[in-house]
Amino acid sequence: MVQPLPVRLQETPSQTAGPYVHIGLIPLQAGFDIFETNFTNVLTGPDTAGERIRIEGRVFDGAGALVRDVLIEIWQANSAGRYNHPADRQESKPLDAGFRGWGRTGSDFETGVWSFETVKPGPIVGRKGHRPMAPHINLWIAARGINIGLQTRLYFADEASANADDPVLNLVERGQQRDSLLARREERDGKTVYVFDIYLQGPNETVFFDV
Amino acid sequence: MIHADSEFLQRDRSIHPPAFTPDYKTSVLRSPRRAMISLQSSLSEVTGPAFGHSELGPLDNDLILNYAREGEPIGERIFVHGHVRDENGRGIPHTLVEFWQANAGGRYRHRNDRYLAPIDPNFGGCGRTITDENGFYYFRTIKPGPYPWRNNLNSWRPAHIHFSVFGSGFAQRLITQMYFEGDPLIWRDPMVQGIPDRSAAERLIAPLDLGAAVPLDMLAYKFDIVLRGRQQTLFENKLQGN
Ligand SMILES: [Fe+2]
Repeated sequence: MVQPLPVRLQETPSQTAGPYVHIGLIPLQAGFDIFETNFTNVLTGPDTAGERIRIEGRVFDGAGALVRDVLIEIWQANSAGRYNHPADRQESKPLDAGFRGWGRTGSDFETGVWSFETVKPGPIVGRKGHRPMAPHINLWIAARGINIGLQTRLYFADEASANADDPVLNLVERGQQRDSLLARREERDGKTVYVFDIYLQGPNETVFFDV
Repeated sequence: MIHADSEFLQRDRSIHPPAFTPDYKTSVLRSPRRAMISLQSSLSEVTGPAFGHSELGPLDNDLILNYAREGEPIGERIFVHGHVRDENGRGIPHTLVEFWQANAGGRYRHRNDRYLAPIDPNFGGCGRTITDENGFYYFRTIKPGPYPWRNNLNSWRPAHIHFSVFGSGFAQRLITQMYFEGDPLIWRDPMVQGIPDRSAAERLIAPLDLGAAVPLDMLAYKFDIVLRGRQQTLFENKLQGN
């Protein structure tokens, strides 16, 4: 016998968000208006500092079909690279009071396209002893057929030198796997759009993280 | 000590359904097949969004009234409450809890739900609340009905309420479903059966809580939720640089 360790609770098991996730989390897309305040895909306000960008993409299943009922949330630092959260103690960087850094949306039922209006995040301090993390946006994906929410990161393809030093990207095999985390930059009508398609399964499968 | 930016304990995936559960057919093509890459927590995982009471309306946690038009919705009135804690046993205060469900007949108010049971004109089927300073939450609603779904031809979901919970770090993000004690459909359900550990699945079944019932008004069910916990750091915190 040895001394017993303190008993921990066990996490509540995940269950799929199901086909009607929109009702609870984005009811306007389910087809009705119930809340006074709705959470949306617009992270920016009139005073948000930083480069305005739109990120958009589609999600594909293992047969290459569009997944048109997916819920996507993003969580990101502000344009200075600071998270709006008390655990982020990078005091040399300004907080942007009007910028929570979180958004939620669903893919379009017809086109499968999802998008967010946000700012490009700055680089973020890495774990102690590690290099800084390149600018990135954290994504969380839930849908019918997805039993536990999928976590991945969107990095910016035009940040090649920061990406080359990023401690997380460097855990990912070069080639298709690392490229699956890079959003490509496009200019459309004077707006900057980063395109990030997600492949749930198959030869182009996106890298997902066990965080 | 456990700091606000302490790393998360590694997720025990043996108590969650794996991505690929072929008896739940939709998972077949939507399940990643490659190994995930395990990450140590960085600031990106230990931080997450916070929500304030000002963002919620006064009826957001009352599904009996929050979509009532000409009258109240049909069905069994119930009170649902519980404690949101982390694996360390600490209550998680001020965190957003959202819920959605079918009506008493098993029909969702959703443009894609074509089940023949009728929409209830007085029932929306969604709500949200924020846990109190100790991590407790409650709301009232109508008990949802079971409903058929296209998996096998005669597949029926047990009555359930969907839950979405945040915690304080984005790595704690969780969506799950609450089932009702005594429902004979629970152990026939491929989503429940996808959980490899029966005792873990049992933790999704809310017991009838007569002690919290409102006499002559409504029954109560208690549904506690556990989110991931954080590592104890005995030395100075190592997460942030310099
Ligand atoms: Fe459901």
